[in-house]
Amino acid sequence: MTMPAVSPFVPWIPTANRKRRHVLDLDDFSAAEIIDVLDAATSMKEVLGRSVPQVPILRGRTVVNVFYEESTRTRMSFELAARTLSASIMSMTAKGSSVEKGESLIDTIRTIQALGADIIVIRHGESGAPYLAAQHFKGSIINAGDGRHAHPSQALLDLFTIRERLGALQGLNVTIVGDILHSRVARSNIWGMLRCGMQVTLCAPSTLIGDVRMWQETFPTLKISYDLDAIIPATDVLMGLRLQKERMHAGLLPTLREYSTYFGISQARIDKLPDHAIVMHPGPMNEGVEIMPEAADSPRSVIEAQVTNGVAVRMALLYRLSGEATI
Amino acid sequence: MPTLLTNGTIIDPDTRQMSIGSILVDNGVVTARFDGLLPADATVRTAPDTTVVDATHKLISPGFIDPHVHLREPGEEHKETIATGTRAAAAGGYTVVACMPNTRPASDSVAVVQHIRTAARRAGFAEVLPIAAATIGRAGKELSPMRELVDAGAIGFSDDGVPVSDPAVMRNVFEYVKMLAVPYFGHCEEMTLSNGWGMHEGAVSNRLGLPGYPSAAEEVGIARDIALAELTNSRLHVCHVSTAGGVALIRAAKARGVNVTGEASPHHMTLSDRWVLGWLDEHADARNEPGMSLNPTTRPPYDTSTRVSPPLRSEADCVAVLQGLLDGTLDFVATDHAPHSRVDKEVEYRLAMAGITGIETALASMLMLVNQGRISLMDLIVRMTDAPAAFLGRGTTALRVGARADITVIDPQLVWTVEASKLFSLGKNTPLLGQKMRGKAVLTMYKGNITHQEA
Repeated sequence: MTMPAVSPFVPWIPTANRKRRHVLDLDDFSAAEIIDVLDAATSMKEVLGRSVPQVPILRGRTVVNVFYEESTRTRMSFELAARTLSASIMSMTAKGSSVEKGESLIDTIRTIQALGADIIVIRHGESGAPYLAAQHFKGSIINAGDGRHAHPSQALLDLFTIRERLGALQGLNVTIVGDILHSRVARSNIWGMLRCGMQVTLCAPSTLIGDVRMWQETFPTLKISYDLDAIIPATDVLMGLRLQKERMHAGLLPTLREYSTYFGISQARIDKLPDHAIVMHPGPMNEGVEIMPEAADSPRSVIEAQVTNGVAVRMALLYRLSGEATI
Repeated sequence: MPTLLTNGTIIDPDTRQMSIGSILVDNGVVTARFDGLLPADATVRTAPDTTVVDATHKLISPGFIDPHVHLREPGEEHKETIATGTRAAAAGGYTVVACMPNTRPASDSVAVVQHIRTAARRAGFAEVLPIAAATIGRAGKELSPMRELVDAGAIGFSDDGVPVSDPAVMRNVFEYVKMLAVPYFGHCEEMTLSNGWGMHEGAVSNRLGLPGYPSAAEEVGIARDIALAELTNSRLHVCHVSTAGGVALIRAAKARGVNVTGEASPHHMTLSDRWVLGWLDEHADARNEPGMSLNPTTRPPYDTSTRVSPPLRSEADCVAVLQGLLDGTLDFVATDHAPHSRVDKEVEYRLAMAGITGIETALASMLMLVNQGRISLMDLIVRMTDAPAAFLGRGTTALRVGARADITVIDPQLVWTVEASKLFSLGKNTPLLGQKMRGKAVLTMYKGNITHQEA
């Protein structure tokens, strides 16, 4: 399939480093490539603001959403991104598909390939599943979240939102608070944020972080804190993560109340942030547990902007993969 | 038909001597040894139909003994059969293997033990010693008919793949193996700590988002079984020791006189958890000289051929396991050859069956450590021949006149590439596919019959 000519309706988009074939994690993105994607997303956001938000970049291409786990915002966001770029979009969920009859991931991927897919967007409960899919698919794979491992489009939209609100990324102090051990959002954000010169502090009860040495062997500059109140005044970006209630049943937390008392994002804690600081959450939220409703709705909160920006960032990723594929 | 192996370096593990010589084999036993080079014009008094094999620049070792393999028959013949598994063993230089009972059905009955022995005899590639299940169905609840099984030919007991989780049941197993004077092969694992595991718990598992199998899960299991072996004054053999802490526990137990032995698998000494990173590993050793190092960056990330139980551990653990083998804490090399089918492995990482096929690559993997100067050739051969023989209650394997002609001729300089199509095992699940190795068994002889010969 040839690459469609860039339409005159499309604003300028950086074309450097267009050799990417898959988006599996941010660990193989340089700072320059991240900035490239964010710049492209800025252009895409302009497209989304038009009265007729559609450009023909992916006309004739087929994007297939393959979702083995439920998702609201990520799936809809990719669908909207693909439609805006004029691609055909199909969605498959594990429920109601041959997966329920025991079809393996590889066979499902091969079937989708035989149907003519160019890009597969995959969400899967098992870490590494997109890497398996990538070995058996001739087109491009975008990881839309795999197990605890990675969620690169979420991290990119977070970086986009931070840059949009705070102007630059370099030198910012980020605090990620919540169930970090089980979080793919945290892992992808750590890669992206550290590459972009930000300082990242993880904050959670020890059971939800794990062994500090495990983190620092991979990320030597990463900081760990068990005291949210102590680090709040020096935080530019406060990112909360979803706390799954099952964690408490697994014995990782004594009670949700205790968690909320020490690690919840409350109005009182927001008041202690620097004036320019923002509050983020990838959703879905457990309001009243990891974040209080008034905090989620406060002027500091950029949670809705994250969702809106997600479409532009995913358009930028789809665009990036529409170039010549090399391995 | 007699066979004469000429002018090789004969290794005698009992005296730890290496000397150039020739060996004549007839009727399944060593019938003569000739020291030094055979003069070109010498007339060795042999029968006219003698096959002469030139072993110049090659090593002549007793056949290797592997007390821990999985042959999958009966019940999982799509993964391996007794014929294919022992053929693979011959290709790896092995002449004796002990097979684990996690077949379908489990080897917890006289019928299954007899089937294994019959099928092995029919195949003829190696001696197969059946290890029977310690508990019915390997379920950890009721003892298998252990005395009947020993009478039928079982050489020890194990629920390998899983531990006997209930310590009270385990205590009774220890009592029975003491009475029967056979080893219990412990798969030591505290499964509540490894529940849902994907790989070794550490920086790599954390990076890849895979649930961890902490070293402590093995260490707690080993500590428990050592305590129970002490309590019952019985005998414990710890399978596939993979952690520095596990080695230390066995070392301390041996020092205070506990009847405990341990084994080291080649993959736990030569492959670390970084192999799961595949080409994401920035720290990979880039030396490309065959036989000096292995390169994990040839594999994709999350390659399920790296998934094994216990998992590939840290580089420090690899060093500690080798140290344990060197200082005698771990008694011998065992491959834990664990073949699986493609269907078992071509799945999401954590869902893949655990196991690495190793019997055809074990020698080359271990010779890499010899080439690196980390273990001597003699120490290695002893730990693949006389040490496992002693563990199994056998005498020396040395190729003296009158000894059974189980012989491995090794070309230590042969460079070869691990290729799925060339492996005799039905299981192609090894992370070494595509690696260039140095050293191979070029001829294997079991009871005087050539069971493997490199073309």
